[in-house]
Amino acid sequence: MCTVCGCGDGEVKIAEGHGHHHHHDHDHDHGHNHGHDHGHGHGRHHGDDAVHFGLGEAGVSVAGISQSRLIGLEADILGKNDAYARANRAGFARNGILALNLVSSPGSGKTTLLCRTLEALSGKLDCAVIEGDQQTSADAERIRATGVQAVQVNTGKGCHLDAHMVGHALDHLDLPANAVLFIENVGNLVCPAAFDLGEAHKVAILSVTEGEDKPLKYPDMFAAADLVLINKTDLLPYLDFDIDLAVANARKVNHKLGVIRLSARTGEGMDTWLDWIRGSRLTARAGR
Amino acid sequence: MHEMAICESIRSIIEDQAHEQSFARVERVCLEIGALSGVEVEALRFGFDVAMKGSAAESAVLEIVAVPGRAWCLPCAAEIAIVQRYDPCPACGSHQLQVTGGEDMKIREMEVS
Repeated sequence: MCTVCGCGDGEVKIAEGHGHHHHHDHDHDHGHNHGHDHGHGHGRHHGDDAVHFGLGEAGVSVAGISQSRLIGLEADILGKNDAYARANRAGFARNGILALNLVSSPGSGKTTLLCRTLEALSGKLDCAVIEGDQQTSADAERIRATGVQAVQVNTGKGCHLDAHMVGHALDHLDLPANAVLFIENVGNLVCPAAFDLGEAHKVAILSVTEGEDKPLKYPDMFAAADLVLINKTDLLPYLDFDIDLAVANARKVNHKLGVIRLSARTGEGMDTWLDWIRGSRLTARAGR
Repeated sequence: MHEMAICESIRSIIEDQAHEQSFARVERVCLEIGALSGVEVEALRFGFDVAMKGSAAESAVLEIVAVPGRAWCLPCAAEIAIVQRYDPCPACGSHQLQVTGGEDMKIREMEVS
């Protein structure tokens, strides 16, 4: 599913940091059920630094049958996304890859946290990053500055990554077995909750400069997440933020939610987060 | 906000079905939308008409059946009704709930010609 929110002529671009670049003009009608290995071509054009996903106007030209009839479907509306997600997940499982889908509001400190995490894991674990943003490749460039390979996906007017976009982004990464793949979703606490990307866990990031009631205002995301990282704890002395209330609110929505309090800036709590990644990675490898 | 994306998915399913089941026009589409699916029904209705333009379902009537939220309360060991994800169990007040229904979004049926 090439999902584009809000506008029929939106686009998704994937930009690589190096090497040659591809340009997809992708207007097929998605009639295939997609267990592919992401090696398929949708009309790539060289000479551009991006992959474009256009939304095609797939025409239906079937001879009419005048009699009206009822078709019972019971079809999941997001069934196609879920099929792509299953293909991604199967690929991750085959190679022992731990995929984490990082979700938050804009400005929670996701990219800084990710950069600190990659620096801490450097030389210990193989890592790669898929960066989702509506526009710019600034975040992927920040990631690459840490020496880790990153692919930027620009969703255009889209408000979330979907499993199909991630499948294409994977074509542009050279993921070694047993690696950790961080997928930094578009900064949005609403829409990414509904779209499975094939990840092992959704990790929500909430910073202490946001409200304690955010888990109640955006419950779907906290329900979909397995772990919440409460970031920027170094700012707590200057704020009225009640961290215990925030945790209690999050657990009203999801009583099984894991919570780690940390500051990407000072490094406080980072070891707990890194241990969580190592533990989850062992689980991913065990499932290989 | 992602209701447009959901409408595009509905269109894609309808187009696949039009090919598979040989119909040219969709008169009526019936959706089941769970109370906990994260979808705003009014936004979905608005997006539906826009997203179906030029498709077999261009002038289709949209019916939406609301599916209530259900959860299993661990302390009570009983199924209960919830309206929001953060609702406590009406019997014991616990938040140790496992959602069991109302998360799905489905196309239940279509009337076609």
